[in-house]
Amino acid sequence: MAEVSDQLLVVTIMTYLAALVAYAAEYAFGSATRVSRVANRELVGPDGLAVVVDDEPAPVSPRDRYIGYAVLGLSVAATLAHAATLITRAVAAGRVPWGNMYEFLLALTLVGSVAWLVVLFARPAVRALGLLVTTVVIVLLGTSGMLHTDAGPLVPALNSYWLAIHVSAVATAGGVLLVGFVSAVLYLLRDGYENGRTGFPFALAAKAPAAATIERLTFRVHAFAFPILTVGIMCGAIWAEAAWGRYWGWDPKEVWSFITWVIYAGYLHARATPSIKRRTASWLAIAGWAAVVFNTYGVNLVFSGLHSYAGV
Amino acid sequence: MSLLRNSWRQLTSMRTALVLLFLLALFAIPGSVFPQRSIGPEAVDRYLRDNPDTGPWLDRLQAFDVYSSVWFSAVYLLLFVSLVGCVVPRLKAHAVALIRVPPEAPKRLDRLPAHADDLDHDGDPEAAADALAALLKGRRFRVARRGRTISAEKGYLKETGNLVFHFALLALLGGMAAGGLYGWHGNRIVVTGDTNGFCSSTQQYDEYDLGTRVDAADLARFCVTLDSFRAEYLDSGQPSLYRARMSYAADGERGTRTVEVNHPLRLADANVYLLGTGYAPTLRYTDRAGRTQTITVPFLPQDNALTSYGLAAFPDANIGLTEPDGRPAQVAFDGLYLPTVPENVAHGASLFPAERDPRLMLRAYIGDLGLDSFRPQSVYALNFDQVEGKMLQASGDQFALKPGESHTLADGTKIEFLGTQPWIAVSVRHDPGEKVVLVGGILLVIGLLGSLTGRRRRVFFRVTPDGVVAGGLPRSEYEGFAAEFEQIVESARAALGERTREKAGSRDG
Repeated sequence: MAEVSDQLLVVTIMTYLAALVAYAAEYAFGSATRVSRVANRELVGPDGLAVVVDDEPAPVSPRDRYIGYAVLGLSVAATLAHAATLITRAVAAGRVPWGNMYEFLLALTLVGSVAWLVVLFARPAVRALGLLVTTVVIVLLGTSGMLHTDAGPLVPALNSYWLAIHVSAVATAGGVLLVGFVSAVLYLLRDGYENGRTGFPFALAAKAPAAATIERLTFRVHAFAFPILTVGIMCGAIWAEAAWGRYWGWDPKEVWSFITWVIYAGYLHARATPSIKRRTASWLAIAGWAAVVFNTYGVNLVFSGLHSYAGV
Repeated sequence: MSLLRNSWRQLTSMRTALVLLFLLALFAIPGSVFPQRSIGPEAVDRYLRDNPDTGPWLDRLQAFDVYSSVWFSAVYLLLFVSLVGCVVPRLKAHAVALIRVPPEAPKRLDRLPAHADDLDHDGDPEAAADALAALLKGRRFRVARRGRTISAEKGYLKETGNLVFHFALLALLGGMAAGGLYGWHGNRIVVTGDTNGFCSSTQQYDEYDLGTRVDAADLARFCVTLDSFRAEYLDSGQPSLYRARMSYAADGERGTRTVEVNHPLRLADANVYLLGTGYAPTLRYTDRAGRTQTITVPFLPQDNALTSYGLAAFPDANIGLTEPDGRPAQVAFDGLYLPTVPENVAHGASLFPAERDPRLMLRAYIGDLGLDSFRPQSVYALNFDQVEGKMLQASGDQFALKPGESHTLADGTKIEFLGTQPWIAVSVRHDPGEKVVLVGGILLVIGLLGSLTGRRRRVFFRVTPDGVVAGGLPRSEYEGFAAEFEQIVESARAALGERTREKAGSRDG
């Protein structure tokens, strides 16, 4: 079963790559009028309220429609293959599939993909984000492949039901924050583009939805993820009390989850303060994601601490 | 005075709070880069030894005590002062808002972000206003009626949650402070066997740390022995199970418990946590006078395959006898214990953590062990100062022993390796702030959810003889407000229409 899981990982990455190509094709060849019209259907009034503009759906050429189907089909297929990779891994190891760094990345990216599909179906207007989301997922999955560990039982410290709670909460938060990060990046690009900066990299956002729409999505995603992150860290503290005798000991992983939490708390405060620019807030969201990535890779690979398992 | 007021205003502003938050994150970083005394003092000592130039400077900057350093404490204390300065006035304002009725409607409702003016009534403004007030009350708005104008507000949960969140942070800090003041912990190695247990007291811990308000006499009183210990390993050498049977006696209460890594022994005033394991070889030494001594000494693991280093000292051996140069003839052995020896012993590292083919590699030292000096020293490692000062000299080459084997030294004395006992490292902890922190954490999440999902909004209706005007004002980010407002207006239309019809019906009858 472990081999099946490993092979499925390859299938997953290939399908994501195909989905990426489809997203790129849709973005590049999809008629600008349609993309921007979809994007602009949701406008924002001067008071910050959403104004729904009911315009006629633009006529869609057959080619665009097929590309659209390909995008959706491949995204869903890749996510399903991804889920199957994780499930077979769980069967092979006979436990929850997030007991080491490889599996953690697998789980985090799966949540990212699912979160993205939810956003995609709830708000088709932000579809252009898919290009970036899929890129980040592929990069993370690719690096997880380099950290591959054979499926096996857990070290005694991990042998607790808190593994199912703490790590799943943290992976969920990480996956959702991935979408938030991509959204923040695209907002900065689009905002620059709308303010007349048409060079690289702002031109990439030429066909993206209105900056205000992306910005609101950024906030919603973070507002959703932050309580999960908080619960995840707190469950980690409760577990640490049982396993190591203290709920907080400034282990490198704890230090960096503290830093991550503080940055995202800063983002939410900055977002709620009218005198602070949305651009500044978005940069904080990006800094938060940088902390998440460092906490995932850097802390395990650079520092030695209590959160090192199965080699990394 | 104005300077004070201005600095207070500055400190409690959101901008300052954000800068402090950022500094807090930034200042936390060194704690993950440099070894910390609070985690492992030996790592700090090693760092200072390896970096004699930069080490002392970093130490002066408190880089090894980041989380109790002046600068880190300054930032979080300022942050919490700023927090108090921010949330206490807000608590007052919110308390007032909770008591107060919703404010008067603005003069021109059509200037509000959401508004509707195409509502009609049946010519009885008073009854229409009643109906509208009832409608909003039914939608769980707080309603104030002033004449024929209705103000309604909803979504106080947001601010309530916000305040709960921030006060929970204060509770969290308070709980941590309580732990620092009244908590304590001690670590120690426990070898299996009835006579190898320990009682909780500062003398019996290998290392301990008492809270600022804790006295050595305040430690929980109990005694613990390790009856047996079992470790299981996968073929890769990764441990899969540590299980200890421990007996305890506390306050006349006795018992035996199974203790595992995630299942500490919880006593009334302290918890005993199983942190690690290793082997303690038992050695019997027969000295020049023919006296034998048997000791069991824990060897400390150096890697995951439990290659362990340790010291077996016999300070009372050859008592009264001296070396030809006049040094005392005390004896010590140091070396490695390899639970599974590799084919080439010279590699000196164990292949597997379980005892598949154990070997004890020892070297003998004879001379002054330096135990009489008043300098603190480890009982787990040889005092190399004595070796360098030639007070203690190696005797013969390293030799390897299997359990049950013995080795005769050049002076005719004999060392026997009788076998090993497992030991466990335990941490004993008492933290009275834990429960406060837990409750604070739960409140924090509840408050957070309220503050992120709550949406404050106001709805107004003004009934005039000609019709009804409605206006809506979202007071926090709320995308769906336009839709909700539309719904309210629709319900209002239905309610007013129904009234019209009812009236018409009764007139007919």
